[in-house]
Amino acid sequence: MNINGVHIDATFAEAFPMKATRVIITAQNLKWARIAAETMTGFATSVIACGCEAGIERELPPEETPDGRPGVAAMIFAMGGKGLAKQLETRAGQCVLTSPTSALFAGLDDGDPIPLGKNLRFFGDGFQSSKRIAGKRYWRVPVMDGEFLAEETTGMVKAIGGGNFLILAESQPEALAACEAAIEAMRQVRDVIMPFPGGVVRSGSKVGSKYKALNASTNDAFCPTLKGQTRTDLSPEIESVMEIVIDGLTEADIKKAMRAGIEAACGLGAGKGIRRISAGNYGGKLGPFLFHLQEIMA
Amino acid sequence: MTALAFTLKAAPKQRVDVAPLIPERLAGKRLADIGALQLQTGNRQIRADELFTVEGDDASRLVFRGATGKLDFVGKGMSQGEIHVEGDAGSYLGMHLKGGTITVDGSVDAYAACELKNGTLLIRGNAGDFLGASLPGNKKGMAGGVVIVKGNVGDRAGDHLRRGAILIEGDAGSYLGSRMTAGTIAVLGRVGDHLGYAMTRGTLLLAQAPRVIPATFNDCGSHTLGFIPLLLKGFADLETRFADLPDRFQRVRRYAGDLCSLGKGEILVAL
Repeated sequence: MNINGVHIDATFAEAFPMKATRVIITAQNLKWARIAAETMTGFATSVIACGCEAGIERELPPEETPDGRPGVAAMIFAMGGKGLAKQLETRAGQCVLTSPTSALFAGLDDGDPIPLGKNLRFFGDGFQSSKRIAGKRYWRVPVMDGEFLAEETTGMVKAIGGGNFLILAESQPEALAACEAAIEAMRQVRDVIMPFPGGVVRSGSKVGSKYKALNASTNDAFCPTLKGQTRTDLSPEIESVMEIVIDGLTEADIKKAMRAGIEAACGLGAGKGIRRISAGNYGGKLGPFLFHLQEIMA
Repeated sequence: MTALAFTLKAAPKQRVDVAPLIPERLAGKRLADIGALQLQTGNRQIRADELFTVEGDDASRLVFRGATGKLDFVGKGMSQGEIHVEGDAGSYLGMHLKGGTITVDGSVDAYAACELKNGTLLIRGNAGDFLGASLPGNKKGMAGGVVIVKGNVGDRAGDHLRRGAILIEGDAGSYLGSRMTAGTIAVLGRVGDHLGYAMTRGTLLLAQAPRVIPATFNDCGSHTLGFIPLLLKGFADLETRFADLPDRFQRVRRYAGDLCSLGKGEILVAL
C-alpha cells in the first residue's frame, strides 16, 4: 500500500487489555485547569516504570463541565483496577487537590466506581462536608484558597493500551514534523490519549535485553545509526524513526486515531521526507488486539 | 391511556386518609375494584367510590380533582408514578415517599414530605409546619429527594432533615432547619427566627439576609463556593426558580453552626 508516496507496511500493532478512567478537572480558567491536568498526567508515559499511562484527552468549554468553569478531560490507563485506583488517588491528591482553584469530577459514569474524592476528603480533617446533587455525591474539602470540590467516585472501564505506529523519515526534523501533524489530528479523536511526551516516542523498545535486569531495550532494528551493525529493518534512506503510542477505550477508538494520525503523516508525503509507516508488535503472540495498518487505511 | 382520576363528589366533612390510592397499589385493578377500596375517614371507613368519581385507565398517573385540605396522606409510601392534586391537600402529603413525583396545584397542611426518602414533591401553593420533618418522636426526617414549594412554608421546615433538598421560593417560618443533620434548604424569601436551631450539619442557603443570625453561628466570611452552581444546575429539570439563579448565589457569607450542637452546619447568605 502506498499513500502519497509513503509506503504502508503490511504489518500490525499489537495491543493489550487495560483498565481506564477519565476525570474532568476544572479551574478558574483554562490555564490553571491545564496546569492541574498536566501535573496529574506527568510521569505517566508507560506502565513499565510509571505505574500508569495518562494524558490529556481534550479541553472542555465551560458549558461541557459540571460546574460551568473551563476544564480539561484527562484519562489514566493501568494494567489492573487496583493499580489504577491507587494511581488516580495519589495523582489526584498530590496534583489536583494542590492546584489552585481546581475541582475534580468524574469523566465516566459507566463501569465500576473507583474513589475520586472519597478518600481525598480526609484531608479536610473533619471539616469536610458532602453534598448529594442529582444522584451523585460530592465532597467539599476546605483548603487555603477556599474549597476543593471533588466528586466521590469516577467510573473504571475495560480499555486497550499499546496501539501504535512508526513514522520512518529521511531526516529527524521531517520525522518530528510528521509526528506533530499526526498528533494534532489524533487529538481531535475522543476517548484516546497518546501518553508519551508530546504524544511521540523516539525510543521505541523491543522485549528483552542482553542485560538480565531489563525487560525491554532499544528497538535496534529501527535504530538508524545501527543500520550496518544489526539486523536492521531500515532501508538506506531512512535516517529517523519515531513512534506514536495510543491508549483508547475501545478498538474502534484506537483505529480511528491511528487512521487520523497516519493520514496526517502521509499528508506530508514523500516530498517532505516521509517514506514509510510501520508498527510495533510481538509477532501477534502476546496481545489480543491486532491493528493491521493496511486494513485501517483501506 | 388517560390518567386515573379521582374527582371528589362533595367536599368531605371529615379528614380522609387516601394513602391506599397510590400507583403501585392500583396497578392492574379494575375501576370497580378501585372504587371498592376502603378509605378511613373520621372514625369509620367508606368505599372510595362513595367519595370520588373514579375514571381513567392509567394507574401510573393519578389525578385528584377538586381536592381539598381534608385529603391526608396523599401519595404516602409511593415508590413510582405520578400523582397530581388539582386543588389543596391535607397533612402528611408525600410521607415516606420513595420515588415518583407528586404535584399539588394548591396548598398543603403540616408534615408534607415527612420522612420522605426519594422522589420529587412540588407544591405550587403554601405548605404548613414541619415540611420535610420527622414524625414527632422520630429523629430522622426527610432523607432524600427534592421538595419544591412555590409559596410560603410554616415553622420547623426541615426539622431533623437528613438528606435531600427543600427549595422554598416564598418565606419560611421560625426554626427553619432545626436539628437538621445534613441536606440543603434554600429560601428565596424571608426567614423567621431561630434558623438552624441545633443543626449539626447541612446547608441553609438564603437569598435574603435573616433578621438576626443566631448567636450560636460564627461568621466565616464571604466566599465564592464552587458547589453552589453545581447544586443549582442539578435542579435544572425541575419547576423551580432556583435553577435560574446561579448568579444570585455567586457570592455568599458563610456562618458556621449551630455551635451549641456539632457546629458543622452552615448558613449561606447571598451577598
